Amino acid sequence: MSAYIDGIGLISPQQTTDPARFLPEVMEYTADFLQVINPNYKEYINPIASRRMSKLIKMGITSARIAMADAGCQMPEAIITGTGLGSVEDTERILNGMNAGEQLMNPTPFIQSTYNTISSQIAISLQCHHYNSTYVHRSFSFESALQDALLQFEEAAATTALVGGIDEMTSNHLGIVRRTGHWKMEPVNNLRLLSYRTPGALAGEGAAYFILRGAPSTSHYGILKDVKTFYHPKELQETSLEITAFLASNNLTANQLDAVILGYNGDIHSDSVYDQLGSGLFNENQQLWYKHLCGEYFTSTGFALWLAANILRHQYIPSVVKFNNQPADSFRHILIYNQFRNINHSLILVSL
Amino acid sequence: MAKRVVITGIGIISSIGKDLPETFASLLASRSGIGRLHHLNSTHQDEFPFAEVPFGNEKLLSMAGFTDPSNFSRNTLLGIIAAGEAFRHARLEELSKLKTGLISATTVGGMDQCERFYDDFLTNDTKNQYIDVYDCADSTEKIASHMNIRDYMTTISTACSSAANAILLGARMIRLGQLDRVVAGGTEALTSFHVNGFSALKILDKLPCRPFDANRNGITLGEGAAYLVLESEEAAGEGNREFFAELAGYGNACEAYHQTASTPDGKGALLAMERALKVGGLNPPDIDYINAHGTGTDNNDIAEGVAIERLFGDRIPYVSSTKPLTGHMTSAAGSAEAILSILCLNHGMILPNLNFKTPMPELHFKPVTELIRGINVSMVMSNSFGFGGNNTSLIFRKPTN
Repeated sequence: MSAYIDGIGLISPQQTTDPARFLPEVMEYTADFLQVINPNYKEYINPIASRRMSKLIKMGITSARIAMADAGCQMPEAIITGTGLGSVEDTERILNGMNAGEQLMNPTPFIQSTYNTISSQIAISLQCHHYNSTYVHRSFSFESALQDALLQFEEAAATTALVGGIDEMTSNHLGIVRRTGHWKMEPVNNLRLLSYRTPGALAGEGAAYFILRGAPSTSHYGILKDVKTFYHPKELQETSLEITAFLASNNLTANQLDAVILGYNGDIHSDSVYDQLGSGLFNENQQLWYKHLCGEYFTSTGFALWLAANILRHQYIPSVVKFNNQPADSFRHILIYNQFRNINHSLILVSL
Repeated sequence: MAKRVVITGIGIISSIGKDLPETFASLLASRSGIGRLHHLNSTHQDEFPFAEVPFGNEKLLSMAGFTDPSNFSRNTLLGIIAAGEAFRHARLEELSKLKTGLISATTVGGMDQCERFYDDFLTNDTKNQYIDVYDCADSTEKIASHMNIRDYMTTISTACSSAANAILLGARMIRLGQLDRVVAGGTEALTSFHVNGFSALKILDKLPCRPFDANRNGITLGEGAAYLVLESEEAAGEGNREFFAELAGYGNACEAYHQTASTPDGKGALLAMERALKVGGLNPPDIDYINAHGTGTDNNDIAEGVAIERLFGDRIPYVSSTKPLTGHMTSAAGSAEAILSILCLNHGMILPNLNFKTPMPELHFKPVTELIRGINVSMVMSNSFGFGGNNTSLIFRKPTN
């Protein structure tokens, strides 16, 4: 079962909130982590309602509204969110208070730290009583949400679904997770991310919501053909076989792909998986990357899906995302392949 | 044609038992697990009662079959114990390798370790192995690894309906043939984090919770884990095994009213129950017993009670909340109560709503207050409603084998 991508709202460290424009200019940063460019949330959320909302909730509601406006959708028939960490800001507000020995008096951070708050706040703002769920599984989170939407269409339980991937980063949280050795220890230039060749990813954040439809519309970006996750392959060969089998189940081979979007994140260990596939299975393909534009976060494939959808719509690849240069004049099939620490692997196939 | 989904294994650990036999014995004795905290160190330990699993983490570690303390959160240990029991119960390890998934639910994830070592995380490198334990997926991945489940895994968090939504997703994937077998459920350990959160919301009762009582005054928090093995009818036919129940219906609705409150007319609860009946092609009179969400908060019990009256009219089935027995196991409540519901089907019983004295003036029905045995129970509805209006109802049918 496939779905039609009909509208997109993306808040990211790039200029992406206007669906009519496809990367008008590239934002360059030298930073510890990439932060989203906050839109004027007041244009999207009632100021009284937004007064107590933390950043992540505002990002979620706003990107959802942009996606709905883009698709001309008034009321989705399902709201499904993927978030790896939920509201980090609210969670650490509570933890910092507890650590200082304070009694928690204000319940708002606790309520907002609950992962399903984003999906339910969107539902409240839309008065949407339909199916509503939230997935919280590291870098499977957004993929699980997409899979759930595809199930909804297959069951004929919904004709439209609002599906998103959303995560935030804070300085405090980065300070903690840096201790694991999986994140860049000092500020880096995002556009030169691969030149450092050091361990650790460049952290980032973003909110991407999509209006998916079970039936074609006149204005869709492209077709979400299939989504797969796989866990902890023992060796590269297994990863290669999983990808080949996924493509075969969609009647494709790697050389029929017009572009492959890879999850390079600047971590020399993690990136070696892409290097090996890039000189193996994807050797002939136009390879793209995107995390220098948005950073690494659990739901970054939302950014990648926005990129794929826009390449299909505009039939053009911005040079900043090209990892290699293969001659191509039209784009029909794009595969997104992402993995987190070589444990959580995901595949998203989009076609024209 | 959608496939039928049957339950071939169940596993549970909570304040009323470390496994299914102990849980069943507690149910027959109407023994509540609510009491004082012994293992969680909370500033609220003298203020509220809790339904704590009566073991420290070291004991849980050995019960889960580990010797190395490693970096397990309490919720991972509870999950491994309950999912392992369900897995053995269904004798999955003896069976052929059909497509098998794990869908697990949690809300606090590894917060127990995070809050314990947070100061270390901020200031030194001594507890770094616990940093990545914090998120919700950590327990799921460790449970899946323990059972060698690799075909599919994900984690759901919809507050107090999380585990019900895990069962719902598992059933949907089986019905469409995407998976043959799914271990679905939830795990939740008590943490200061959410004890403080619920306390700040002022919805914890200083007495053991009293669902559907006119004088109810909030929730009693519990903890534990519960998992069900769901299979397609074809997959379940392998190995001459017993079916515990069939999942006959499920419904998910969002009330979209308020982040922590329900409409007084129970709109979200009504929608979830109606959808569950519709998916199952069922009518209200088909339901013999409702295992209610029944948290004991002023708001939930009015909303749910009114919704039950709106749906069932003057033919209200048996209704009880089992939270006075187990406490509110939050994200694990949906699967724990699904298991209690299935036990009611299998043993012809209705579980009591303890601590009930005075009927609510808003409702015309009263919950069951004493254990009923020796009756035929064919169909049970289990309600789970969460913050954010994430409401889910599941319907279990007595298996016909």
